[in-house]
Amino acid sequence: MRFGVLRFPGSCDEVDAQLACERVGEATILWHGDRDLQGVDAVVVPGGFSYGDYLRVGAIARFAPIMESLVEFARAGGPVLGICNGFQVLCEAGLLPGALLPNKTLRFVCRQVELVVERADTPFTSACEEGERLSIPAKHTTGCWYAPPELHERVEANGQVLLRYAPGESFNGSLADVAGVCNEAGNVFGLMPHPEHAVDPLTGSTDGLKLFESIREHAGARV
Amino acid sequence: MRVLVRPKAGILDPQGQAVERALPALGFDGVAHVHVGRLIELDVEDASRLPEMCERLLANPLIEDYEIVEA
Repeated sequence: MRFGVLRFPGSCDEVDAQLACERVGEATILWHGDRDLQGVDAVVVPGGFSYGDYLRVGAIARFAPIMESLVEFARAGGPVLGICNGFQVLCEAGLLPGALLPNKTLRFVCRQVELVVERADTPFTSACEEGERLSIPAKHTTGCWYAPPELHERVEANGQVLLRYAPGESFNGSLADVAGVCNEAGNVFGLMPHPEHAVDPLTGSTDGLKLFESIREHAGARV
Repeated sequence: MRVLVRPKAGILDPQGQAVERALPALGFDGVAHVHVGRLIELDVEDASRLPEMCERLLANPLIEDYEIVEA
């Protein structure tokens, strides 16, 4: 299978995302100014500071030409993974519920965090087990997930929270310790921590690889 | 025209809280309910389109309120 990894001006984790994808399949970088997704089977919207995070994180990137194709791809059921800034972009684009606010401490935090897998029956977590803990680094200033009460209730009722920070691990103030949520259809998923930085024993954990393996399993079944 | 964008009431506003804590430290007492938002100044030919601009780009209606002010 082939992943496409978007590159915006200001992206900085797209190469790590590409390398992570290449551990389970092929991967191509897709430029924000193009419209062609080149027939990829899954798309990763990577971390960084797309368009300098001007105005609001993710706010400008959602209007990039490639985003129109991405929205179509997502509506057709294609798997889309948004990491960190990619999560912020997908929220701004309305593909994922909620918004990301500044961390409650206002500080940039970079550290390994423990996550709990809430559901293991999704295209993004099928290689995990329910209740499993994943150790994955997080590094952000604007990662406090928020949704108004009625939206949050709906997200929880639909089982759209796939990853939560383990007790005591959330440093950003996210509502209900949400670390990653998917859309209602379950084919678009975003999270603040960086699974692409946890794919090699050299950097301490390979737990992040499970997300990419899950997507490969799912894409294989889809073809 | 001016567009004032502020965090919705009740939403965590760590910037406002930080300013609220900093002012008394400088000797400015009696300060409460500080909120930090954004001011966007712009010339527009058709001001009737401003609300849509706010809804779609200038503010995120999920977390922010906006106010359009004639400058």
